[in-house]
Order: sequence, then C-alpha cells, then structure tokens
Amino acid sequence: MSSTDATFLKPARPALFARLPIVHQLRQSVGLQRGMLVAGLLVTSLFLLTAILAPVIAPYGYSQLRDTAGLFGAQQPPGGAHLLGTTVGGYDVLSRVLWGAQTALFVIIVAVVLSLFAGVLLGLVSGYFGGWLDRVLVVVCDAVYAFPSLLLAIVMSIVISGGKSDLVGGVMAAAISITVVFIPQYFRVIRAETVRIKAEAYVESARVLGASNLRIMFRHVLRNATRTLPLIFTLNASEAILTLAGLGFLGFGIEPTEASEWGYDLNKALSDVTSGIWWTALFPGLAIVLVVLGITLVGESLNDLADPRLRGRRAVGASSGLVAETSVVPGGTLDAGPGGLDGLETPAHPPVHPGDDSEATR
Amino acid sequence: MTTAVSTPRPPLAGSAAKKKRGSGGGLGRYIVVRFLLIIPTIFILVSMVFWLMRTTGDPITAALGGRLTPDQLAERISAAGYDRPILIQYAEYLGQIFTGNFGTTISTNRPVSEVLVTYGAATLELAFYALLVAFIVGIPLGMVAAYWRDKAPDAFLRIFAILCYATPVFFAGLLFKLVFAVWLKVLPVAGRASTGAELQMQLLPGKTGFYTIDAIQTGNPAVLQDVLSHVVLPALALGLLTAGVFLRLVRTNVIGTLGTDYVDAARSRGVSEFRLVRKHAYRPALIPIITVIGLQIALLLGGAVLTETTFEWKGLGFMLSEFLQARDFVAVQGIVALLAVIVALSNFIVDIVAAIIDPRVRY
Amino acid sequence: MSDIRPPVSTRSDPSAPVLRISDLGVSFATDAGAVRAVDGVTLSVRRGEVLAIVGESGSGKTVTAKTILGLLPETAVSNGAVILSSRDGASSNNVIALSGKQLRQVRGSDVSMVFQEPSTALNPVYTVGWQIMEGIRAHGTVSRADARTKAIEILGRVGIPDPEVRVNYYPHQFSGGQKQRVVIAMALVLEPGLIVADEPTTALDVTVQAEILDLLRRCRDEFGTAIVLITHNMGVVADLADRVAVMYQGKVVEEADAATLFGSPQNEYTQKLLAAVPYVGQGVVRAAARAEARTREWSAQAPVVVADNLRIQYPGRFARPGFVAVDGVSFAIRPGEVLGLVGESGSGKTTIGRAIAGLTRVTDGSLSVLGHEMNGFSERKFKPLRSQIGFVFQDPASSFNPLLTIAECVAEPLVVHGRADSPRAARARVDELLEAVQLPRAFGDRYPHELSGGQRQRASLARALALEPALLIADEPTSALDVSVQARVLELFAELQREFGFAALFISHDLAVVDILADRIAVLYHGRLVEEGTGAEVLGAPADPYTRRLLASLPVPDPAAQAIRREELAKLRAAE
Repeated sequence: MSSTDATFLKPARPALFARLPIVHQLRQSVGLQRGMLVAGLLVTSLFLLTAILAPVIAPYGYSQLRDTAGLFGAQQPPGGAHLLGTTVGGYDVLSRVLWGAQTALFVIIVAVVLSLFAGVLLGLVSGYFGGWLDRVLVVVCDAVYAFPSLLLAIVMSIVISGGKSDLVGGVMAAAISITVVFIPQYFRVIRAETVRIKAEAYVESARVLGASNLRIMFRHVLRNATRTLPLIFTLNASEAILTLAGLGFLGFGIEPTEASEWGYDLNKALSDVTSGIWWTALFPGLAIVLVVLGITLVGESLNDLADPRLRGRRAVGASSGLVAETSVVPGGTLDAGPGGLDGLETPAHPPVHPGDDSEATR
Repeated sequence: MTTAVSTPRPPLAGSAAKKKRGSGGGLGRYIVVRFLLIIPTIFILVSMVFWLMRTTGDPITAALGGRLTPDQLAERISAAGYDRPILIQYAEYLGQIFTGNFGTTISTNRPVSEVLVTYGAATLELAFYALLVAFIVGIPLGMVAAYWRDKAPDAFLRIFAILCYATPVFFAGLLFKLVFAVWLKVLPVAGRASTGAELQMQLLPGKTGFYTIDAIQTGNPAVLQDVLSHVVLPALALGLLTAGVFLRLVRTNVIGTLGTDYVDAARSRGVSEFRLVRKHAYRPALIPIITVIGLQIALLLGGAVLTETTFEWKGLGFMLSEFLQARDFVAVQGIVALLAVIVALSNFIVDIVAAIIDPRVRY
Repeated sequence: MSDIRPPVSTRSDPSAPVLRISDLGVSFATDAGAVRAVDGVTLSVRRGEVLAIVGESGSGKTVTAKTILGLLPETAVSNGAVILSSRDGASSNNVIALSGKQLRQVRGSDVSMVFQEPSTALNPVYTVGWQIMEGIRAHGTVSRADARTKAIEILGRVGIPDPEVRVNYYPHQFSGGQKQRVVIAMALVLEPGLIVADEPTTALDVTVQAEILDLLRRCRDEFGTAIVLITHNMGVVADLADRVAVMYQGKVVEEADAATLFGSPQNEYTQKLLAAVPYVGQGVVRAAARAEARTREWSAQAPVVVADNLRIQYPGRFARPGFVAVDGVSFAIRPGEVLGLVGESGSGKTTIGRAIAGLTRVTDGSLSVLGHEMNGFSERKFKPLRSQIGFVFQDPASSFNPLLTIAECVAEPLVVHGRADSPRAARARVDELLEAVQLPRAFGDRYPHELSGGQRQRASLARALALEPALLIADEPTSALDVSVQARVLELFAELQREFGFAALFISHDLAVVDILADRIAVLYHGRLVEEGTGAEVLGAPADPYTRRLLASLPVPDPAAQAIRREELAKLRAAE
C-alpha cells in the first residue's frame, strides 16, 4: 500500500493507453458495471466484425435468389442449404441478416458523423455568442427535438428520395434523414455544455486576459464541451439503427436489390407471422435487438462511470485496519471546509489532489 | 434572547418577496409565458413540414404521376391550386390550419380533418393504454432498482429496461403476435375489435370512436372483453418501449436525490430507508421526470405509427403508412402537422403539471 | 448478530458520558483505492457539554461526526466503538454494530444532526412542518394533531416568528438563517441527549452566524443538550466550545478545555493552526508603514480606478424588474494601493470586481478603469488595456482549464498579448513566475487537478501577474482555502504586492483577511457603500451601524475575549 502513498506525493501520469476513452473507463469500472461494459463491448465488436466481414462469412449475396442448384424457393424452413431458412421473397435469411450489419454500420457512421459536425458547430457558436441567433436556434431545435423522430425521418426521406427508393436514394437517404433528426440532440448537449463552461472561472479568466473569441471557443470551450460526446455517440448510434429499421418497416428503406436491411425484412415478414412462419421475422429482429443492446450497454456504462454519483467502487476489505496511513483523502475535501463542500459525497468526486495537506505541514 | 428575525439576505429575501407579492402570480405568469412559447413551436413544425414536403414537387404529380396523362395532371394541379406561387399556397395552408382545415386527401378524396377525427380516437386510445403500461411498469420498477442499487434486482431490472428500449416495437409486436395469437391462440392477432363487436358499436347513437367507451355503452360485457383483448398486445408492445425509458429515468433521478443532504437529514431523524426512497427521493425526482416524460410523448407517437402498422390498428399511424404507400402527401402533411400540434400541446401540459408539483414555482 | 453488540446497560448512570468513542477507525473505498480517513480516535462527550472537533480539510472530522449517527456511505468500513447513551442514561448502544432498524430508533431520539448547508438539508417539496412531524412520528405512535402542536412549539422555541403560520411554509420561503433555525428545530424536537452540528455556520454570513451560535448555546443551556461541534473556524470554537479536540490527518492530536487550548496549546500543529488565524488589527501597523513610505507626488497621481455613483443592475427574467446589485457606489484606487472591499453575500462586492474587469456591464454612473470609461463598454477598445489587469478568481477548482498544463495556463496571457509565440516559447518566463509565487518549476508540467487548492491559487497569482499589470483584482482568493494555507497565500500576496507594486482590489467577506492586506477598506451592504477609510479608521472606530455590527459579529479565537465581544454585540443589537 506504500505505492498509494507515493502516487499522492508524485502523481505519475497514467500511460496514454490507459487514458484512451474506453480503456480508461474499463480500468475504472468494477463488478456489475464492468460486466455490463464488457458485455456491451463484446457485442459491439461482434457487430463491427460481422459488418466488415459480411462478404466473406455470408453464404450468399444479399440479393441472391438462386445458386447452381436453381432457385432457393420462398419461405423454406431453417435447415439444409439455408441455415435460417428463406424469406417470402426467396432470399437466404442468414445472408440477409449478416449483410444487414454492413448497411446498419454504414448508416450509423454517415448519420452520426454528419450530425456530429453540424450539431457541435451550431451548439458551440450558439451557446458561446448567445443573442437572437441563439434564441432562434434554440426554439427551432427544441421544436424539432420534441417532434417524433421517426416521422421527421419519413418526411426527410420523402424529400431526399422523392419517396421512391431508387439506387441513389437508398442508403444515403436513410443516413441523411437520420442526420437531420440528430442535429438538434447534439446541438442541445453542446450548447448546454458551452453555456455552463462559459461561466467557469477559466473562461472568464481568458476573457479578462483579452483572448479572442475564436481562441476561447476552440482552446477552452470546445475541448471541454465535447467530453460527453462518446456517450451521446453510443446512444445515438443505437437510435440510428432503430430509426433505420423503422423506416424500412414502413417501406421507406432500401430495396432488397440494393442492400440488405433488417427493417425491410421484418416488414415482409409481417404476414408470415400470422401463418406461423417465425424464422423470417425472428432473426432480423434479433439482430436489431442484439446490436442496439450492445451499443446501449456501452453507452449506459460510460454514463454511469462519468457520473460519480452512479459509479460503483471496489469495497474496502474487512481488514481495513491494515490499510496504510494515507490519511490524506484524495480530493482533500472529505471534510466540509470553508469552501462549503458537501461532506461525505465528496470523496466520490474524481480529482485527486496530491499532497493536499503538505502545505499545512511545511 | 436572540432577535427573532435573522438579518434579511438580499438575494434570497428579495426573490422570496417578489414571489410572494403575486401570491400564485408566479405560476399564472409561468403558464402564460409557457403557452406563448408553444405558438412558435407549432408554427416552426407546421412550416417545416410544408416546405419539406413541397421541395419534392406538387402532391398531385407525386400521387398520380404516371397514371394520368400530362394534360390531365396539369388540369388537376391547376384545379387544386398547386400552380400558384408557393408563398401564396403557404399562406393559405397556414390560414387553413388555423381554422382546422388540413386539406383534402388525393387518394380517397376526403377532407384530411375528417380522417383525423375518424382515426384520431384510435391512436389516442392506444397511446392511453400504452402510457398506462409504461407508468405501471416503469415507475415502481425504477424505484425498486434505485432501492436495490447495484444489487441483483437492480442488475436484472436494468437489463430489462435496456431490452425494452433495444427491441423495436414492431419486432416486439411480431413476437407477441407469434406467441400469444398464433401459437397459444389466447389473444386476437390484429385489429381493434372483432367484426361482430365492431358492428354493435357502429350502431350506437352516441359513439365516440374510443372503443373502450363505446363497448361500455353497448352494455354487453362480451363486447368489452373483445375490445380489451384486442388492446393488450399493442399496448404492451408500445408501452414496454416507454416503460424501459421511464424505468431508467426514475432510477437515475431517485439515485441522484438519494445522495442529497436532505435525504441524509431525514435519515438522521430516524426515517426508514423505504420511506426515504418513496417520499424524500421520489417526490423531488418527480419534477425532472415529468419534464422528460413530456418528451417521451413524441417517442410514443412515433412508436404508435409502427405499432398500428404491426397490428392493423386503424388509427392515424396506420393511415399514415397507408397514405405513404399511396404517395398521398397532402394527407401525410395533414397527419404530421396534427401530430406536431398534439406533441406541442402535451409538452405544454406536462410542463404546467411539473410547475404545479414544484412548490418553488407554486408559491 | 446480537452477540456482536456490546452488552446494553440498563442502569441509569447520570455521570456517564453521553457519547464515548474509542479507537475509531474509518476507511473509504475511492477511485484511488482504500483510504483511511479516521485513525484511532478516542473521545467522550459529557451531558450538556459542547465538544468542538476542529481541523482542516481531510482531517477526518466530518467522517467522525457522521459515524456517530451511522450515516457513513456504503463505501466506508469502520471499526472501534461509538457508544451512545440515551438522554436519561437508560440505554446505551454501540452505533457501529447496530442493525438498520436499531439505528433508526437511535437517530433523532438519542442523537440528531445539524447540517452545514441549510438550503440543501431541507427537502424542497415538503413543508417544514411536514418534515418535523415526520421525525416525530417515526418514533412511536403520535397523532397528527399532537405532532403538529409539537412542531409549532419547537419552531417558536428556536425563534421562528408566527410558528402557527410558518409551519405550513416550504423551505424556500425562509431566509438562510431561518432555514438553519428550522434545521436546529428538527434536531431538537425529540429532545435528544446529543446534537452533532457539522459546520453549522459555515454557509452563513457572519452576522447570521452570531445568531445561530447564540441559538446553539441555548440548546445547551435551556435544553441541556450536549453538542459535538464540527468546525474549521477557531473563532466559532472560542465562542461556543467547552472542550476542544484538534484533529489532523485522521488523528486527534490534542484535546483540552477551551481556555487551556487557546491559552497554552501544547501540540505543534495546534500552535501553527492558531497562529495562522487572521485577527482584526493585524494589518494596521503595516498599512501605516506603507502610508508613511509614500511620497507627496503619490496622492497627485491619477487613480487607476475611479467609480462615480456606479450602478449595476442585472436584467430580470420575463420582463420582471432586474436585481440592483450595486447602487450608487463611489470610490477610487490609486497606483500601488490596495483597496479591501468587504461585504456579506449579495452585497455586490463581486459584481464591482467583475465590472472593473469588463465582465459585467455598467448600468449607470461612471466607472473609469486605467482611464477607460466602462459605461458604454466596447471590448475592442478595451482590449489593449487588458494586459494591464490581472484577475484572481475565488474557486481554485475551476480557474484553470482542466485540459491544459499549469505552464500552458500561465503562458496564456503572454501568448494572447503577443509577448510569446507559443506556450513553449514562454516557458522561461513561466518558470520565473512560478518561482516568484514559490512553486517548483516542475509544477508547470502538471495538470490543474494534480495541484492542491493553495497551489492552484498561487499558480493563479502567477498567471495574473504574468504581464506585470498595474491593477490586480482578487475576488475572495482565499475563501476556499484552509486557514493555514490561507495564511501563506496572503503572505505571498503581500510580498508580491511589495515587489511588483500593483494596485489591487481585494474582495472578501472576512474583515480580518482584508485587514491584513488593505491600505483602505470599503464596506458594502445591500449594494451600497456604507463606510470607507483606512483600516485603522474603519476597524478602530466604525461610524456606520452595519460596520459596527459586522465587526462585533466576527468571533475572535480567544474564549475570554469572545465572551466580552458577545455581550457587546448583544448590546448593539438591543440598541438597534
């Protein structure tokens, strides 16, 4: 335990690797939270691998209807040449499910990246400068945010592809529709953070120094405001999949000849279910649930770990008497001091002040 | 020996005095300001829908292009006024919405407002039952999860919540249908009521469109049972989605308030842990929860579109997807605009409820 | 489980202490591993006695207090014994070994707690009456009407006017001092033998603090309640405590009755702590010496800051009238002079500092900073002058960008004003500055969260002085620091001021702190300047009644002197 002592006196910077977003949280987590994070990461990596390797692992193409032995046939039950059966349209279910990962990943990336840039920039400028532009943007984004995102995505996809899923429309239309839905979310988060950070002493200090607005925005505000982004990113990624599937289910997705899309397959499976044909609906549906579950688990764990109130900690061993005399509490503020700190919740707050009492002893 | 009144502290005493002056005026003023705020919201949404839909061209070509000759098309377009300048059409559209006129559908040639009235009740009925499920499942389970925080029940409930949220409503619907309607045959597959029951209710003089109410009016318990058995699966599919969100929300907020000083203070008075969660942590947590619930109404309505399609529940969402298939964008525009108004209004009501619960606003 | 519990004594023994802590140890699980917060503490409290536990941040005093009520979080593990006796001595329990249900019976009836921040210790969505009655009804069956009668009675006894009406008020309808009275009423209502008061006056203004201390004294004298008073403030200890335990790094280093401890402290740490406490009258000699040393031409120089009938109003929401923070204030700061600005919360002192730095707009009147008129302020025109102004903020935790190193932060003014191309190029100058504020050079490569509060405030001074400004604004720079750290930062400030010769506006709520540094002192009250003059004038012979009351409310770290001051304050109050 003397090592703990040493780290207080001489704060060794953790290696860069350990400070990387996910890695850092993984090391920080314990027990149930670690289990959730690990499970989420596993499922998410499985999804990523499937998406990348779909051409290799899928037995057939996503729009393949026949092989050398002739047509696959419609609604074939699982087994034989078709592990998960075939759809009402005569496609191989397993192949469609695997290829669907690729479509989902592509849409997530395009949608999240586009909305990230637009939303972050707007939120930063709006929150920092305030004024009438800010007020207008806030009202518009609040209105859009309150609107059912699926309906907005439908309207957008009508606009982009004219309601017809031709080849250009397809994937890009879905991605851009989702983008428009997400911009207000990023805008709100970044704007709120910007407004909060603007009132922090270090930003005021930069203003007193006479630093230019651009310098303050990008050197001081932006980097601090975007700390929660990995979290929103994961939450939005799962929402992007659900929106994409919803669009597909309503017939606004991607034609089976262009790419494989789970929502579309579920739509086509709607009538199968009534006649007891379960495999056409079950597998694409499970794929959606699994991917969203994985990404959400990662997001939730990140959220908990970022919030000291929700973060779990390793329990102290019963033999607490053996713990070395590192009487200095990290955070230095276990007691309510003149700064008006709130007693016992404070050891939970992260900053570690090395040698806090050293001044008193010197 | 001490003076009874402590020194007035300007900012605190000042604001308290200001609030007291109106005696409830704080709330009245808040309601007025909040009401005025929904006007731009509705305006923006309605305008957005209009401009977005129009960038694709006029609705007639979209709906009937290819089926009519160019001459016939031009005739229909000019008859409907779609060849006029777009700004004039926009002004007319705003004026019509103001008077409750949402245009005429192209595919069925009915006023959109009539479609809204006919099918609106079905959607509201579904939304009501779904919210009921969400409240009954989400809020108590959220409190249970917070109480057993980081223990086994909490872990189980959190996974349950994420599953609720991760399962698309239409997939949940399909699964429910498969298990309960097709395999077990205990509940009906789709629709709002069986044909016989629907006929009985159609004959009612004062029918409301809300089948539960109409079924009670028939006085026939079999009809009511039929209607209720139809609502179970759609309400569960849609309600569980929202329940997952509620569960998470209640858990996080209650855990947050459990860490506050006033909970510790109540604990130091000997109040039981259960009561701490139920009274001290839950009530203050309720205010942010209610505000977020307002935002969930949008999610619920979006989900309703999918649920209704899954269960052939003849409501606005079902009609929306029918009109979408028919490329009838006048009808789509009307339905979307109406949903926008509903969302804005319900957010307004939710905010007012939150304000009424919060004594800091009330007094 | 019952065999873990110590034998419950049923004999009534009035001489037995109400609380006996023996060899208490508490460890916490933190992100950085297990940490021992309390180590081998042994204390006892007799009936009707006030025991003060004094210490600085991290000394373990609050943890000790929370252990008495079994309020430690789940991340804590404790050993040793905390034996708590009921008021009549009929039963005693080891709090550490009690089950949840037994703990609940003890809490409120045998021991209760007064919290630091009254505005967060009351549940905002229930009336105060509801909250008091809840405590009563948690212990035995009491009818609603009886509980209500009791609640009204106790509110009246702690000095809440119109208790019959106020019992139905929500917490936000009370002022800060009144809220603390309500919290004390809740603690008293079941007449426990012991109250644990955790920093009960820290969140309050000094004039309100005096009233709450009086009330706590009445708890002891009229209710016969013993009090464990947790505080960092030596003046508060001298005012209220019968016996004092000094804690340092989780251990009790000295325990004695109040008169002995203040008269002849034995432990080295106690001596240092007492020596670090600022007291009024410390700075008068120094200020006089500085005034002597000034030449005749000095008074003829143009002032750095002139405020003339300055008025600042914050805009109101929803078209409500705004809040007037500063109302018709006039003063001047000459080159090389330190003006101390004193006032309680909401007096407008911070607003004035911010207006001088161009962070808050002037509503009316005139404010001239370095010859530039701030009424009708334009950032573009003011920018060149910014290199002449330094600012030290109150909160050391947030005054540095957490993502930049200390060296990068200190170099910021040099880069912004073109004295260096990059933080790297400015490093030589940054090292000089760090040395000037007595920080090792190596600290430049650390991140802000790796420094303690005092170290950060020194780095903050280095940043403010980087361009050798003519004017420094320091907004409560030491109020978030421990008293021993505060003493060193104040000393450093005085040294730097001598060396660099800047003019300064030093803002504080603490008269004693301002006295150490200021050439002249200005007292603000509700946005108005009620008194201004040299330290000797304002503190020696205050003319304004508010200044007099403020001065009399400030407790001094000497029990005998404080008892006399207390009576003076009572007379002052009676005269008003």
